[in-house]
Amino acid sequence: MSRPFDLKEKFYENRLFLNRIAASVMFILLATTGLVARLIYLQVMGHEHYSTLSRDNQVKISPLAPSRGLIFDRNGEVLADNTATYSLEIIPEQVPDLEATLSELKKLLNLSDDDLNRFRIQKNQRKSFESVPLRLELTEEETARFAVKMPYFPGVEIRTRFMRSYPYGHLTSHVVGYVARINESELQSLDPAQYRGTYHIGKSGIEKAYESVLHGKTGYEEYETNVQGRAIQVLNTTDPVAGADLYLSLDIRLQKTAYDALGEFNGSVAAIDPVTGKVLVLVSKPGFDPNPFIHGISKQDYDILQNAPDRPLYDRALRGVYPPGSTVKPFVSLAGLKILDISPARRVLCPGYYRLPNAEHKYRDWRKQGHGSVDLKSAIIQSCDVFFYDLAHHIGIDPLHDFMQLFGFGERTGIDLVGEKPGLFPSKEWKKKKRRQVWYPGETIIAGIGQGYVQVTPIQLARATAILANHGRNVEPRVVDTMKAPYEIENLYPKSGDEIVADLKPEHWRTVIDAMVDVVHSARGTAKGIAPGLSYTVAGKTGTAQVFTVRQDQEYKSLKITKTMRDHAWFIAFAPAEAPRIAIAVLAENGGHGGSVAAPIARAVMDQYLLENP
Amino acid sequence: MNIDPVLAQLRLTPPQRASLLQKLHIDIPLLAGLGGLCTLAFIILYSAGGQDVNMLLRQAARLGLAMAVMMAIAQVHPRHLKFYSPVLYLLGVLLLAAVLAVGKTSMGAQRWLDIGIIRFQPSELTKLSTPMMIAWYLSGHAPPLRLKPLVLAGGLILIPTALIAKQPDLGTAVLVASAGSAVVFLAGVPWRYMLALAVVGGSLLPVAWHFMHGYQRDRVLTFLNPEADPLGRGYHIIQSKIAIGSGGIYGKGWLHGTQAHLEFLPERSTDFIFAVFAEEFGLIGCLGLLALYLFVLGRCFYIVVQAQDNYSRLLAGALTVTFFVYVFVNVGMVIGILPVVGVPLPLVSYGGTSMVTLLAGFGMLMAVQTHRKLLPNG
Repeated sequence: MSRPFDLKEKFYENRLFLNRIAASVMFILLATTGLVARLIYLQVMGHEHYSTLSRDNQVKISPLAPSRGLIFDRNGEVLADNTATYSLEIIPEQVPDLEATLSELKKLLNLSDDDLNRFRIQKNQRKSFESVPLRLELTEEETARFAVKMPYFPGVEIRTRFMRSYPYGHLTSHVVGYVARINESELQSLDPAQYRGTYHIGKSGIEKAYESVLHGKTGYEEYETNVQGRAIQVLNTTDPVAGADLYLSLDIRLQKTAYDALGEFNGSVAAIDPVTGKVLVLVSKPGFDPNPFIHGISKQDYDILQNAPDRPLYDRALRGVYPPGSTVKPFVSLAGLKILDISPARRVLCPGYYRLPNAEHKYRDWRKQGHGSVDLKSAIIQSCDVFFYDLAHHIGIDPLHDFMQLFGFGERTGIDLVGEKPGLFPSKEWKKKKRRQVWYPGETIIAGIGQGYVQVTPIQLARATAILANHGRNVEPRVVDTMKAPYEIENLYPKSGDEIVADLKPEHWRTVIDAMVDVVHSARGTAKGIAPGLSYTVAGKTGTAQVFTVRQDQEYKSLKITKTMRDHAWFIAFAPAEAPRIAIAVLAENGGHGGSVAAPIARAVMDQYLLENP
Repeated sequence: MNIDPVLAQLRLTPPQRASLLQKLHIDIPLLAGLGGLCTLAFIILYSAGGQDVNMLLRQAARLGLAMAVMMAIAQVHPRHLKFYSPVLYLLGVLLLAAVLAVGKTSMGAQRWLDIGIIRFQPSELTKLSTPMMIAWYLSGHAPPLRLKPLVLAGGLILIPTALIAKQPDLGTAVLVASAGSAVVFLAGVPWRYMLALAVVGGSLLPVAWHFMHGYQRDRVLTFLNPEADPLGRGYHIIQSKIAIGSGGIYGKGWLHGTQAHLEFLPERSTDFIFAVFAEEFGLIGCLGLLALYLFVLGRCFYIVVQAQDNYSRLLAGALTVTFFVYVFVNVGMVIGILPVVGVPLPLVSYGGTSMVTLLAGFGMLMAVQTHRKLLPNG
């Protein structure tokens, strides 16, 4: 377009244009100043804030799980091992055709639909570059079968994971315990930082009691990630610290001997070194195989274990409470000597029953015809009930309770395991508090022979025997002997002391211990059956714990009642009697007589221990 | 130094020795500024693209093509540019209409026209043809502009702008509209009209809101409050601000920007490349880059005020202002003071089409500068 030329207009036009250009330049400079101001705001004022955000963006921390400490027996046999297990894992993004690969693998390894479904669920929960397990615990044969075909399966690999294993299975199932997956409630009480990389935790036995020592310290890896969370490079690594190895005082061969010696019976054997309190044997039979628990036992298998009539999951050694029966008699004797200051020569006539003054009720002796006139020693040797009915009656329940407590009756032993039951030795106060009833004199009488309310655990009775063997010096049983680690470990279960807890005259100890030696070594002893061939002296006491009460007009005929209603057989012993090195308590459930059933089991254990460790 | 072009034609011009570059119609200071920007672009592109040399080679090829286009246009006398302005404008509008009718859909928007050999984005043509057309039209009107030519010019701007906005390509529409408006502004629209336009435009905002696409509304909302949806729509701008802010005064150093290299920053080679630059070179680098842009702008303004005819200076002025608008819209978006519209950082962002258009514009500026009739006392 053109227009007629006008000089005046031209000058006006030029000036206006220049004004407009000047305005544009002003606008540009202003806008640029705005940009610069914003940049200063972001890069100078906001620098710290955005630097933090930028670091949060890129640095992730992933835990490095420590390897769990191993558990050995006193001879270095591995009781809890970390063994390599092979798992088949898939990195989805590296697999060209996932469905085809899955169906091929299904054929190759006989995978179940459950395996595939579990894989699909897990796959969707993770990022495509993360490894997803398809099958945990491949057998060696499956591993080999896959290894040959591996080149045809890109993105599929066998990974090695270290998993707990218990080579001795049912022999150590209760004392060593087992680990299993951490559950919700445990997760809440754990230090989340320490357990970020750990999937298993000790559930029972030493595995639980020493969890903090066995677990070790979790390490960390700081790495840079991109926006998908894929690791780009490792910035910093704090190595994990392996858990401490535990060496037990337990002897696995002795444990096996005890387990096998129980034979057809369920029951428990607890043996400790009375000098140190080291636990040599801690058997609860039947045991169970703890290995399936590690990966998660199936509901079905668990129900079978849970509902089995012989209750394999039940730790009889620590949690099984039984009436101690006649095994309390040596302790009641000591109580009589100490509290009543009776003479060992004091005689009581045993007509086969005992009757309180002015009362009708007859307390029967196990021997219907009675033992005649017995003194303290022969009462122990022959296990005369009437003598101890009488003795308990004269001592009274409260002094007896206080005395028995010195030997640990009615109290936890403080063993370095969890879940121990305290048992019970009754008192008037206890009955008033717990039962809201008054104490009847008759209840004192039967407490004198370890019946009625009296309940003990096998480990408790073994400890009481050890204190007796020690002439009253305290013993606290310990399963773990030493903890080995290249760093300092806190002792989780310090002993409270080995002072004299039961202070009696030497002749009192001698009287009772002599009588216990005669239980085994004399012709009239209730455990004389184990005497032949003994190369050392054993001080022992048999016991028979009633499972149910025989009514007054009934007679106990062991053969007529079913096996599960039969009496429990007890035997406590220590040897050599003059310098004890082993104290033992044996319980054979429904074993009947202590002398014939429980005593031989104790002998088998003592023989092996004393002859192998001269 | 404003001599009326008509007066200048009356004087005799003694022959002068021209250098080779002058014969090639190249403006050396402008070329130097552009070269500096492109060099910086390659340095930061190498980092932003994950040190991909092939990417740089592709970009170099595009730059070569764009430079060739620029030099070719520099040879054209402004009067020829003026002569072809209406034709180019008409062609641009027709092509835009064709795009809406038969264009290829790419990334949710119809922008591309496939004409056999190359895929072509007609909106790029209109970035130049629209200011050319307005300059052609308004160069014949003496200021102050009256209402009739203003309304007509407004209509001429609105047609391509509306067609581009319909694609939808809000960023380019804004640029085309601002290029055309810049001509109108420079041609001498009275301030009172501008004020009136601002009032009317402001009152029309709710209407515009009504016609906006859902994602465009989201962008505006996100701009107003990016933290409302940090992992969704606000993600771009938050990550971009983190990149820039964490760069600090001195930057994290070349190739050491974590935001970009760890893939937190989206579109880091294209629209958000300034964030990569700011992260690695810090405030100092940003000021340097802005200074370089200001240098180019300064030289352009020098050319504008030297221009000898009305069409030339209107076109050159509009292109200069538009170039700044490019920079401002992109940087403003990346640093979070403007909504996210898909505008590349001129000459620095990866991509060919906009670079060809930009350098073609600079070719026009060079043509304006180098085809002047030199004065004896010049």
